[in-house]
Amino acid sequence: MASLTITDVNKAFGLVAVLKGINLRIESGELLVLVGPSGCGKSTLLNLIAGLESITSGEIKIGDRVVNNIRPKDRDIAMVFQSYALYPNMKVRQNLAFGLETRRVPAAQIEETIQRVAHTLQISELLDRKPSQLSGGQRQRVAMGRALARDPAVFLFDEPLSNLDAKLRVEMRTEIKLLHQRIKTTIVYVTHDQIEAMTLADRIAIMKDGIIQQFDTPQQIYDNPSNLFVAGFIGSPSMNFIPCRIAKRGQQLGVFLETGNGRSFFLPMEQSSMKLDAWIDREIILGIRPEKISHGFAGQRENPQIHEIEIVVKVLEPTGPDTIVFVDINNKEVTCRANPNAVKHPGEPMTLMIDVSQAILFDPETEERVGA
Amino acid sequence: MYQTPGAIFGRVILYSILIIAAIYFLIPFLVMVITSLKSMNDIRTGYLISWPREVTLDAWKEAWGSACIGVKCEGIKGYFWNSVRMVIPAVLISTIMGAANGYVFSKWRFRGSETFFSCLLLGCFIPFQVILLPMASTLGRLGIAQSVTGLIVVHTVYGLAFTSLFFRNFYVTIPDALVKAAKIDGAGFFRIFWKIILPVSIPIFVVSIIWQMTQIWNDFLFGVAFSGGDSQPVTVALNNLVNTSTGVKKYNVDMAAAIIAGLPTLFVYIVVGKYFLRGLTAGAVKG
Repeated sequence: MASLTITDVNKAFGLVAVLKGINLRIESGELLVLVGPSGCGKSTLLNLIAGLESITSGEIKIGDRVVNNIRPKDRDIAMVFQSYALYPNMKVRQNLAFGLETRRVPAAQIEETIQRVAHTLQISELLDRKPSQLSGGQRQRVAMGRALARDPAVFLFDEPLSNLDAKLRVEMRTEIKLLHQRIKTTIVYVTHDQIEAMTLADRIAIMKDGIIQQFDTPQQIYDNPSNLFVAGFIGSPSMNFIPCRIAKRGQQLGVFLETGNGRSFFLPMEQSSMKLDAWIDREIILGIRPEKISHGFAGQRENPQIHEIEIVVKVLEPTGPDTIVFVDINNKEVTCRANPNAVKHPGEPMTLMIDVSQAILFDPETEERVGA
Repeated sequence: MYQTPGAIFGRVILYSILIIAAIYFLIPFLVMVITSLKSMNDIRTGYLISWPREVTLDAWKEAWGSACIGVKCEGIKGYFWNSVRMVIPAVLISTIMGAANGYVFSKWRFRGSETFFSCLLLGCFIPFQVILLPMASTLGRLGIAQSVTGLIVVHTVYGLAFTSLFFRNFYVTIPDALVKAAKIDGAGFFRIFWKIILPVSIPIFVVSIIWQMTQIWNDFLFGVAFSGGDSQPVTVALNNLVNTSTGVKKYNVDMAAAIIAGLPTLFVYIVVGKYFLRGLTAGAVKG
């Protein structure tokens, strides 16, 4: 077990800069998820940590040891690959043993380790099969077992679940989380799936274009995204972005929402009014999560942060527990989450409550958060 | 399953054409076999394609052990073994080196390795005739001219371009993640090659061995140019045997010798040919 510290790391392939000034630090036993769209550099960063690529500048430390010039095998890491990368000519047992044999671990100790790992991952009955005789989920387990057998300081997972079908993916996700709670080893986990990131991580680093957009706990990232990209990337359905204009009504600063048929509602933005003076009469983007626009909230009468609007329902998407309601606000499609029994039919008017306590404003040009 | 008369008619036509084509290609070989089993009397008095009146293996025995090639009358057996002694090391060395090359070109790329590979591929397109003189002078300087060793060197060098291409294209289809996983597991260049890559390479080894074996065994030009007297391969000896005339032209002996010279490649094709086709298409469709 070890902490992981990444300081000012840059990586370029030829003239193309893939990673630009990466800084991360996680404590021993934490699970860090690197998440972002394809091409954001998350897998490259993982390869740098593994030592499969060399860094252009900067420093990577595992524990107290700088590993920049240390070969993968001496970094005390183990990696689980997206394609599993099981050695096809070897039985499961030999796959688990390969890394240990290479390190000249005594045979008795190897056998003991195999039994322990196989027991942990419930693959004991698969030990004498070839990888080609295993199902996707079983291969996944063996790949994790191969990493576990080595008992490394840091585990690296490179999109380990993306080759599994949806149901199995959810099961394995829980298993990985359980496994982490049990072994408490430092893990770096790469994925493009924001739900995997939210469910697994102690800390999330959201990446785009080789830059870390935000590095924080899942809840902080969900509640306080630092820019438009992060806000839109995390959460499903994603956060609504409503273009508005900051206006002053009486002593209150706020925004007007047009809901069609000439109806207009004023939404006070109190929590950050101190810094909004400069924005009066300027375009701004109001970010609000779908679950904050609903048919109603508990205690809505007394709560000054909750406001009522009239609107026409456009489309309904029932999901079971909730129904997603699509409406148009300021000529922008907005999704709301409402109780299935409280929604109206498409084309009918409906009253919606908006909770602005966690609404966020973004600068439409820089896409950064305003007034935080 | 019911078939329409039209479909049956189509099948009949199809098979007829295939059978006729097969016969057309097999007739020359049949004539060779028949002729090699006849006595000279039989040949003089009968037709080319008539069955032997009396089946005899005399011509085979003579071709193998006592036919005259130049001034020596010891048959082609010595030259046959020359070919064997040439083919086995040349095939093995060029295949193993090709496997190593392919491994490097696909899994351990270095700056300029693609250029290097392209240059190596040029070797596939250089006609044999072009290198005859420089190769002769090189072999002379190495002191292995006119010897089986010299032929092994020539065929190994010439085969490398093809074997490297085979192995490289095969290894490209093996996921890089396997090599990465092995690196993290602590394995180095040779251990990965030996433990991970070679065990999955059997199909491409079969392809390479058949290809090299056929090329080298059947080669005539290098054999005639770079060998002399006792070191000639069987293809050159066959030519000399047919051209050595002491009175009567013994067609039966010529035919028997030709079949003997062709048997090893025929044998290899029949025994492992199915692996050859399988190996050639292995990379094309991911399984």
